[in-house]
Amino acid sequence: MKSVLNDETIAGIDIGSRSIELAVLKPDGLFHQSKTPTAFDPVGQCRKLVDGLIGCRVIATGYGRRLFAESFRELDVSVITEIQAYALGTRFLCPEAKTVLDIGGQDTKVISLSETGKVLKFEMNDRCAAGTGKFLEFMATALQVPLESFGNFALRSDRRIRINSMCTVFAESEATSLMARGESPENIAMGLHMGIVQRTAAMLRRVGVSAPLAFAGGVAHNPCVIKLLEEELGQAIIVPEDPDMVGAIGAALYGRNGRVF
Amino acid sequence: MLDISELEDAGTKVAGVYCLLAPVELIRAAGAIPVSLCGKKQKPIAEAERVLPSSLCPLIKSSYGYAITDTCPYFSASDFLIAETTCDGKKKMYELLGRIKPLHLMHLPYSANEPHALQFWHREILRLGSFVEELTGQKIDIDHLRFQIAIHNSIRRLVRRISRFQAAERVPISGLDMMTVMESKSFWVYPEKYLDLLREFISEMEDIAESGFSPFAPDVPRVLLTGCPIGKGSEKVLRLTEECGGAVVCMENCTGVKGLDLLVDEDASDPFMALARRYLQIPCSCMTPNLGRLNLLDRLIDEYRVDGVIDLTLQYCHTYSIESRLVGDFVENGRGLSFLHLETDYSDSDVERLRTRIEAFLEMAGSHSSAQRNSPAMRSGFEPG
Repeated sequence: MKSVLNDETIAGIDIGSRSIELAVLKPDGLFHQSKTPTAFDPVGQCRKLVDGLIGCRVIATGYGRRLFAESFRELDVSVITEIQAYALGTRFLCPEAKTVLDIGGQDTKVISLSETGKVLKFEMNDRCAAGTGKFLEFMATALQVPLESFGNFALRSDRRIRINSMCTVFAESEATSLMARGESPENIAMGLHMGIVQRTAAMLRRVGVSAPLAFAGGVAHNPCVIKLLEEELGQAIIVPEDPDMVGAIGAALYGRNGRVF
Repeated sequence: MLDISELEDAGTKVAGVYCLLAPVELIRAAGAIPVSLCGKKQKPIAEAERVLPSSLCPLIKSSYGYAITDTCPYFSASDFLIAETTCDGKKKMYELLGRIKPLHLMHLPYSANEPHALQFWHREILRLGSFVEELTGQKIDIDHLRFQIAIHNSIRRLVRRISRFQAAERVPISGLDMMTVMESKSFWVYPEKYLDLLREFISEMEDIAESGFSPFAPDVPRVLLTGCPIGKGSEKVLRLTEECGGAVVCMENCTGVKGLDLLVDEDASDPFMALARRYLQIPCSCMTPNLGRLNLLDRLIDEYRVDGVIDLTLQYCHTYSIESRLVGDFVENGRGLSFLHLETDYSDSDVERLRTRIEAFLEMAGSHSSAQRNSPAMRSGFEPG
């Protein structure tokens, strides 16, 4: 990568709780994008991603943004919040979007955008990670289904049952008692997805959902969450092609002072 | 902060108070010195939760925890306690606290507008007077009460004047430093000494203002912090806001300017009624409706040229949490400013989450601020000096 970098190159890196994404922009467009799990060594994982970005301007976002800025002093690093990064990234990838929903590993964010793409209002989940990607991951593990196929697994349900607990610990024991009653794992998975969507819809309504809504973050890969959200809101949802790259792309765009290509 | 030995030297009874609604003029006129009791740190909460439910606001738990662990020096020094029925949690906690020290509970009417509310509150003021008289053995002298009223009015005027320096384009001191100054108003023994201290501070503020010094960048987003009381130990949101590049220019809460513009009528024929009138006007969220708070916010937004408002509510504080919606609607729709509601407690477990929200809020308030300040539509009530 080193040989083709120049002053016009700007990188955005989104250090989330579960994964880290890197987007590199050159004047003629998105030049490079990559992704790695955060694991237990975010700095080491970042180092692998940014290897070769010497002298390049980097905009860091995500919960590890400060750690990144402190750990990579040799790079020209600025930090912005995920809120701004997702607003910018969505504006670029889905210019028509008026509301952004991002469900990541431990955060759910709702951002309301102005006509010009500025953040008008936002809301984030409180200290508890209930209803986020972490919840889905935990529940998929409990039902012994790979996280990547958990959404499709839930879509195979034949009955919609309600799971009332949103606390990960309580929801697991509720799922266990449903299993003991002979409920199929697919139906339990559907109930868990419904719980997440109910919670998310409540947050969306607090901020106000102006259509169209763009759905970003890792959980936007889950087809069951998308389907249930569309049902709940009564509107089609836009999902960008790489929904987990939105933050990194938005961060890089910030470094261009809003100039797109 | 007040030196405990100063209290002992004064040789008078000490009244522990918890709230802005305690009529301090009356307490002093009956021969006791009121001091604010601790309730703003996380530390004693674990001990309090042995008795109180954990799903209670941290302020109540902390206050009770300090009392039962005997770790608040002002509580130890207090001969008796004065409390108010400002919320369900507090009034029931006071039943337990009353087992430790003599406690007088003032019953509040929850409306400032009904004429019979004032009559009721007047009776409560008189009842408090009798209680303090009994414990100090000193009768309230009307002239002394009038003197105390005048003193406390002077203090409110001076503290308010200090707070106004922060309205300048170049904010002279940090919001964190201003909080310490504001907190001092609940900790003094001798009025002349305290008034001198305030006057001295005003001249220092004048010097800073004249030098043009500011701990903040020139284009700093100007934040008004409202909501539940904060203080040393629970200043997390204030500290984070300033760490993230904002300036908290004004606090509309019990530690800040809430109530400072409300003076007691010094010429009233019945000073007890004058006290009742003044204290009932304090725009606390326990009142319904609490329109005084929105009016005050409206004025302060102009006065301090605010770019955005942060409403801090403590977990399980129902009145402030519900009222946040009204405050948010007013700030966003009525004034067109950025608004952020934060719910937190005294622990540090949510610091990073709060930081992200506050940073995003400042990004928002900052990007709107220059446009707003130049807008002719923006009302400007600020007159320098």
